[in-house]
Amino acid sequence: MRTKFYPVWIIMQREIRDQLRDWRIIVPIVILTLFFPFLMNFTANQVLDFVEQYGANLLAERFIPFLLMIVGFFPISISLVIALESFAGETERHSIEPLLASPLSDLQLYMGKLLASLVPPVVASYLGVLIYMIGIYRTTSWRPEPSFLILVLVLTFVQALVMVSGAVVVSTQTTSVRAANLLASFIVVPMALLIQGESVIMLWADYDVLWWAVLGQAVLSGLLVRIGVTHFNREELLGREIDILNLRWMWKIFKTEFVGESNTPLEWFTREIPKVLRRLLIPAVMMVIMLVVGAYLGASQVEKLGLPAATFNLDKLQSLDDSILEQFRKIGFFSIGNVATIWLHNLRAAAIAWFLGTFTFAIAGVLVLMLPLTLIGFLAGVAGLSGINPLLFIAAFTLPHGLLEIPAIVLTGAAILQVGASFVTPARGKTIGEVWLRATADWIKVTLVLVIPFFLGAAVLEVFITPRFALLLLGGG
Amino acid sequence: MIETQDLCKSFNDFLAVDRVNLGVPAGRVMALLGPNGAGKTTTVRMLTSVLLPSRGWARVAGYDVVRQANQVRAAVGVLTEQHGLYGRMPADEYLEFFGRVYGMQTRARHLRANELLEQFGLTDDRKRRIGEYSKGMRQKLALARALFHNPPVLLLDEPTSAMDPQSARLVRDSIHTLRSANRTVVICTHNLAEAEELADQIAIIRRGRIIASGTVEELKQRLLGDPEFEVRLAVQVEGQVDLLPSLVIPTTCGPDWLRYRTTDPYSANPAVIQALVARGLPVIQLAQVPRSLEKVYLQAVSASVEAEVNHAD
Repeated sequence: MRTKFYPVWIIMQREIRDQLRDWRIIVPIVILTLFFPFLMNFTANQVLDFVEQYGANLLAERFIPFLLMIVGFFPISISLVIALESFAGETERHSIEPLLASPLSDLQLYMGKLLASLVPPVVASYLGVLIYMIGIYRTTSWRPEPSFLILVLVLTFVQALVMVSGAVVVSTQTTSVRAANLLASFIVVPMALLIQGESVIMLWADYDVLWWAVLGQAVLSGLLVRIGVTHFNREELLGREIDILNLRWMWKIFKTEFVGESNTPLEWFTREIPKVLRRLLIPAVMMVIMLVVGAYLGASQVEKLGLPAATFNLDKLQSLDDSILEQFRKIGFFSIGNVATIWLHNLRAAAIAWFLGTFTFAIAGVLVLMLPLTLIGFLAGVAGLSGINPLLFIAAFTLPHGLLEIPAIVLTGAAILQVGASFVTPARGKTIGEVWLRATADWIKVTLVLVIPFFLGAAVLEVFITPRFALLLLGGG
Repeated sequence: MIETQDLCKSFNDFLAVDRVNLGVPAGRVMALLGPNGAGKTTTVRMLTSVLLPSRGWARVAGYDVVRQANQVRAAVGVLTEQHGLYGRMPADEYLEFFGRVYGMQTRARHLRANELLEQFGLTDDRKRRIGEYSKGMRQKLALARALFHNPPVLLLDEPTSAMDPQSARLVRDSIHTLRSANRTVVICTHNLAEAEELADQIAIIRRGRIIASGTVEELKQRLLGDPEFEVRLAVQVEGQVDLLPSLVIPTTCGPDWLRYRTTDPYSANPAVIQALVARGLPVIQLAQVPRSLEKVYLQAVSASVEAEVNHAD
């Protein structure tokens, strides 16, 4: 164990020592650690004096802990700069090659640099928090609850961890500090939004939600570390290929993955599609579980929200008769145009899910696809309140077209899960770009051959059959 | 100690190294020569397990560069083309750091640092930041780093390129010492005189392929033909190449000298002297015309270019 982690310590020690020799890192850390807490103390006291005049003591109570979080956050923002520089800077200065040619493992090298980027800013941040607390205690006698202090310290740590792990991933995928800085917007923008959200919650004093934010960020940083270690590639760090968007090469890789070993369209259909489906088996099972969970969550909200039985007047469904179909006909519901609208809507949802999934390890993509089932679960729950059997309700409104639509959702969701998983799954000798292209090729194959036709069939059923089927099962006429 | 078989490396569509076969036993120095971008650095990087071969295999110090990458890296000392030193670090701390990375004990690190800093004349500057070093000093320090853990295999890219003649001599002597200590050394260099002095064997690489390899003498024989000799006379013999006996092939001549080639200098040279003296022509000197590695290199490269053009036609 010691021999495994000792090299991490060696790398970390050297990096930290190197940082401490650079005044461009030291000065901002010192300012943000020592000067900034005093400034926040001053600000807090000014705000307290001001709001006291108007008796808005609640604002003062919320403002002091809010500033504690901000004081903790500012020094860790330096970690982003250090982490972005970690690999990209060394690559640019060519000092990375002797390290890459040494017997350090990828993990040791990666973790050494990651910890070196994390430790000094976090220490500085905690020092700043301490200075702020001492100052505010002296002027206002305010002391944080131990549980709140732990929350702020842990929150600060996971914020730093997310930024550092994200920045180190960026740093390993670029060969210059400039390129790393340009790509850093992928970290800065989401972090800025996150901090704003956390600030609102902090002012709201809903600290349980902040613990969920801690958990979310811990999972995210775990995934980012996993991506970093998985795709840490000595070759790429020394090459220039990752700086160039080689569309021809990308097309070649995509084509190879898309066409596979087949020579004719028939061969492609009979050989490649079954291969893709085999690859998607486990993600498809996961997707089915997610959809069931989504439906359950939707249904459980009815009870949680304590909705009255008459909320949506679903009991009226039971009094519907054939005249409703006539009304549908009059408004042009039973039309090819409507089929096309539903079909395109579903395809758009699948495309959005893929797009969001690409940037969020499939999480946002899967959530988009879970949403319809969650709504159905919710409505089934409401139907239950109205005395309608929820399963009958689900069968009435989803069974006919759902027979095609749900498998299409499962398949597209599985392919999106695979896209997300491709980032964190080791693929020896393959770059992030290659594994992403392969997973995307699978998604496109499944979409072209199965999802598009399934959605089309589902749209036809939804327009022409589902209303009649629902009337048959639920209607009273 | 170093063995490669059909070693290939491609980057996307570009084939950087193409079926390279090398064999360098322990106690031998090999010079890898070639134009810029020929594939020397890529080959060296594969031998240090930094780059994975696309095809073929390589064993370094008995370890496979793919399956036993960490053992390979531990057994190799590398002087990279760009020295990549840490500018804010003092020299002794730099060596100490790499000693720790290579798992050396504290005392061994201390002794080795003293020894190498002394050997390369850096003892007085050991506490100075590397950023303040001259180019030559940096190169010496980078070399010291490569040698620090006493590796059985050394891969040195341009070991003397930035050095003054005295320092370059120091480094060349060090390489001789390494050979005597049974180390395997591969040097990539554009300094052909240095290669000729140091190398037991030469490999010339162009566009990723080895276009010529062997000892210096073998390459000279193969690429420049039979050795050429020049006989200097005490009298003027302008243009009279027929003075030479028929067992040699006359090449050029001057006012008081004649040149010829022979496959068998042991019997031909005494016969030439004998024939000239018999004609009353006093011989002042008979010597082999020096043939530099530069000529060999240029010949190999131009032959390769020619072959490529012919192939394209």
